Amino acid sequence: MTPEAALGGAALFFCLGAIFLIPCAAAGLAILNAGLGRSRNAAHAMLSALCVLGIAAVAYCVVGFSLQGLPGHDAHQVVVNGKTWSWAGAEPLLMRSVNFEISDASAGSLTALYGVFVAGLAALIPLGSGADRWRLGAGCISAALLAGVVFPLFSHWAWAGGFLQQLGVNYGLGHGFLDASGSGAVQAVGGLGALAIAWILGPRRGKYTADHMPVAIPGHNAVFVLFGCLLAWMGWLGMNSAGALLHGAAFVRAPLVVINTTLCAMCASLAAAALTRSRFGKPDASLCANGWVAGLAASSACCASVRPALAMLIGLAAGVIMIFAVEWLEFRLSIDDPGGAVSVHALGGIWGILSVGIFSGVAGQWLAQVIGIISLVGFVLPLLYGLNWLLDRVYPQRVTPQGERQGLDLHELGAGAYPEFMSHNDDLWQR
Amino acid sequence: MRLVALFLLLAGWIIALTAVALMEGAGQRTAFALAGLAVQLIGLGLLVRAHMPLHGDRQ
Repeated sequence: MTPEAALGGAALFFCLGAIFLIPCAAAGLAILNAGLGRSRNAAHAMLSALCVLGIAAVAYCVVGFSLQGLPGHDAHQVVVNGKTWSWAGAEPLLMRSVNFEISDASAGSLTALYGVFVAGLAALIPLGSGADRWRLGAGCISAALLAGVVFPLFSHWAWAGGFLQQLGVNYGLGHGFLDASGSGAVQAVGGLGALAIAWILGPRRGKYTADHMPVAIPGHNAVFVLFGCLLAWMGWLGMNSAGALLHGAAFVRAPLVVINTTLCAMCASLAAAALTRSRFGKPDASLCANGWVAGLAASSACCASVRPALAMLIGLAAGVIMIFAVEWLEFRLSIDDPGGAVSVHALGGIWGILSVGIFSGVAGQWLAQVIGIISLVGFVLPLLYGLNWLLDRVYPQRVTPQGERQGLDLHELGAGAYPEFMSHNDDLWQR
Repeated sequence: MRLVALFLLLAGWIIALTAVALMEGAGQRTAFALAGLAVQLIGLGLLVRAHMPLHGDRQ
């Protein structure tokens, strides 16, 4: 019996309600990214989020779903040493194979709906790293590539009977790659897209001095950032609950999923607060917010499979990893990531995947999880980098220096987010 | 350098998948998967270096 067929009446409607919460996660990330950027780019950040969500939904509906496929349905396969490796779905375009009658026999429509929302969420993540310098049009095309090609391929491997999910059946590696609600398929894919974008766009003007020292460019609205965390939490509760049910967890595990998601986020944020307090004398609001989201990202893989005590431990580790990663990327690797998308989503997601392997106690499970991480780094990152590099050659992704100085609101939209406020001189701009 | 780095990322992935598909023992699989991961780490290091700015590059 496939997981989609295993959902019964009450679970189906619970799942539908949970999916309806997912847009809160998108809203939370959008407002968080806007708050972490400069005030002269705030309207552009929010409009980019709306456009990216729209483009991602269309790309996923037209092409993405056919590549993702459904468990037990037709797929593109190769046979290696007598074992079948499924590498892409083979559904018709435009979701034509989906039965949109919600019944006990078919939850394919819920899988499609879930995919539309989480593809949008994955495509939204790179906006954090490209903030303050990414052109609107380029962001939309990049989102279409991520949601229409890259996300569906990896989600087929992880969720729809692909070769990662079959590692357990074919090769005895635990239960196969486990990623209940998208630490890998959503968070890490989006986070690696953010890394590719940060590299291709380069750092913001004035971010680094001539001797490579980073200059702090604080976000313009801490309230947006912290409120975004609360919205994202609501969205994640829905995303993790629905994802866990759609990908094989029993309905009775729903309370555990909600508890683990919450504990993970809160412990990660507390870890960030304690660590920044001990290092800098005061807790840092934006790093605590990023810790919160890193905990959410890590919780997506393990929410249905670990006890609450372990969820707290995973959250604490996610918060600590995020703090050091932010510093390391900015100081050591010269990666300018204004929204912290790489540290939060890529590393938080990868830690979530790994934690399932470490804490599952099933023989071979950790190797299945490591193979999943290797697939992310070895296939998803080069593919995203290559696609965005090609796009950059055809359609330059970075705004002009003049536009960056003027602010994307005025340069690309013709009006600022706060027209009644006097804009101040940019002290960070080095003439 | 970027092309070599991307090639190493891909090569590490193929090494790990090949190990899973062709090796029988858990120890062999683990060793080759970790070798693939090591190759990827070298590729990541190269990719980072390829994007490090030269001295005085930034405004």
